[in-house]
Amino acid sequence: MSEPTVRIQKIRRDTVKTRLIIFGTLAFLLLIGSIFSEHLTPYDPYLQDLSNAKAAPSAAHPFGTDRYGRDMLSRVIVGSRASIYSTLLLVAIITMIGTGVGVFCGWHGKWIDTVLMRISDMFLAFPGLVFALAVAGVLGGGLQNAIIALAAISWPKYARIARSQTLSQKETPYLKAARLSGSGTWKIIFKHILPNIMGPILVTSMLDIGTMMMELAGLSFLGLGAKPPIAEWGSMMSDTRSLITTVPWVTFAPGLAIFVSVMIFNLLGDTIRDYADPKSRSSS
Amino acid sequence: MEQPILKVDNLTKIFTRKGQPDFAAVDHISFDLMPGECLGLIGESGSGKSTTVNMITRLLDPTEGKIVLDGDDITGISGRELRKVYAKMQMVFQTPTDSFDPRCTLGDGIGESLRNNGRSRAETKAEVARLLEQCGLTAEFASRYPHQVSGGQCQRAAIARALAVGPKLLICDEATSALDVTIQKEIIALLNELRRNHGSELSILFICHDIALVQQFCDRVLVMYKGRIVEKGKPDDVIRNPRNDYTKRLIESIL
Ligand SMILES: Nc1ncnc2c1ncn2[C@@H]1O[C@H](COP(=O)(O)OP(=O)(O)OP(=O)(O)O)[C@@H](O)[C@H]1O
Ligand SMILES: [Mg+2]
Repeated sequence: MSEPTVRIQKIRRDTVKTRLIIFGTLAFLLLIGSIFSEHLTPYDPYLQDLSNAKAAPSAAHPFGTDRYGRDMLSRVIVGSRASIYSTLLLVAIITMIGTGVGVFCGWHGKWIDTVLMRISDMFLAFPGLVFALAVAGVLGGGLQNAIIALAAISWPKYARIARSQTLSQKETPYLKAARLSGSGTWKIIFKHILPNIMGPILVTSMLDIGTMMMELAGLSFLGLGAKPPIAEWGSMMSDTRSLITTVPWVTFAPGLAIFVSVMIFNLLGDTIRDYADPKSRSSS
Repeated sequence: MEQPILKVDNLTKIFTRKGQPDFAAVDHISFDLMPGECLGLIGESGSGKSTTVNMITRLLDPTEGKIVLDGDDITGISGRELRKVYAKMQMVFQTPTDSFDPRCTLGDGIGESLRNNGRSRAETKAEVARLLEQCGLTAEFASRYPHQVSGGQCQRAAIARALAVGPKLLICDEATSALDVTIQKEIIALLNELRRNHGSELSILFICHDIALVQQFCDRVLVMYKGRIVEKGKPDDVIRNPRNDYTKRLIESIL
């Protein structure tokens, strides 16, 4: 390879690394922040102060106060727990279920593969949010049911990826060698298949964090997710939407929080994908 | 009379694909392999050599036929029974680097069968070191990853892995094809040494493109063409008077 190309690759590699550090740190701070959110709030997020209701943003209340006089900044900070953790839980669930089903189908093959894949096709063909609405409608509202509803429609994507990856793994000589070494199905799956297919799956989950956060907030906004008084960004926006013309900051503050977090996780996902892409690796 | 270590009877593999006529990759082949013997299997690309050995090692289910290994019919077995059979039969693959999991060390790969057979970690480690040395490497290679060694070194490690369980049958599916000529010679020398040391304890099924290599290495040779065995006999006889047209062409193309 000629000298300039090598240099370009190296530069690209270096910027990817820098981006990885920046967005990784931001995402990490967000997580740490949401763990300790209760200790980071300037005011009690549930304390009502009607004398100070609907106050515009000021030095004391940077995001203003809502109609009960609760400090919006504190509420947004506390809301990070419900929003971020339910998203991460959701992504973890769909990653595990999807990967499990996909690896099983790819490895086992035969009729059970056909059956499970047709089922996943059905879920994929359904308009996602409509299905989630139906599930949340049947099971009732609440954050937990919103997670179940979104999990039900989101696992097939992971099943597809895991299945096709498993199928290509199956043909590799090292997997044949592992079989000839007398390793059983479980050992082959956990020792050889999963470590080799985890890369693309994790990249997909990272990219999904932003999407899932939006969809959870969306369900909450529609009143099918977190219920008041729990501070959750989506339901906070929904609660206050009638006030948007008079006191826009109460809707704007959680909206901004969603926007920033989704952005951070999406950029992190993109960066991890670039990092995992062999083309961005130096060719040495 | 001595019992063959491997007996293949009417082995057939028919691939069926939608919208295409059935295709017999391996078509009713039968042969025996005696203890201590080295049997060559040659034929052009696509003649069904790999399909044959994949069926023998039960990585692929035969459409028809019977495989008898060391007196036991292994055609229909699966699960635990099949895993036990792999203590008698091992294979060395064409692409050495791809035959080791990129995320495991060579030592892990070589020791996997030992661990599966209930050996302790410490025993496995010592045995892996011994196997590596037997195959012309040093114990230090156990901690390397497949991409950190050369193709030749990796193939030596693959042979070490195949020998770990003390198999009676070693199958080499074009084990030297991906290597350059000098390394090829070294691997053949290693295999020859193994044959000398193991005597009738080790039989080899040697798949190859190179009829000259088969001539110097094998006791007997089978020539495959379009899924059938078209010629068999001692390598010298086959080369001197080939009876089949295809074999004639194959030999002419080399000489
Ligand atoms: N899974 C499969 N499905 C359909 N056809 C297959 C499959 N595997 C192999 N074949 C076909 O079977 C034939 C024999 O293939 P095989 O790999 O056994 O050849 P080979 O003699 O080992 O060739 P090479 O010397 O190139 O390794 C080929 O024509 C191939 O296309
Ligand atoms: Mg082949």
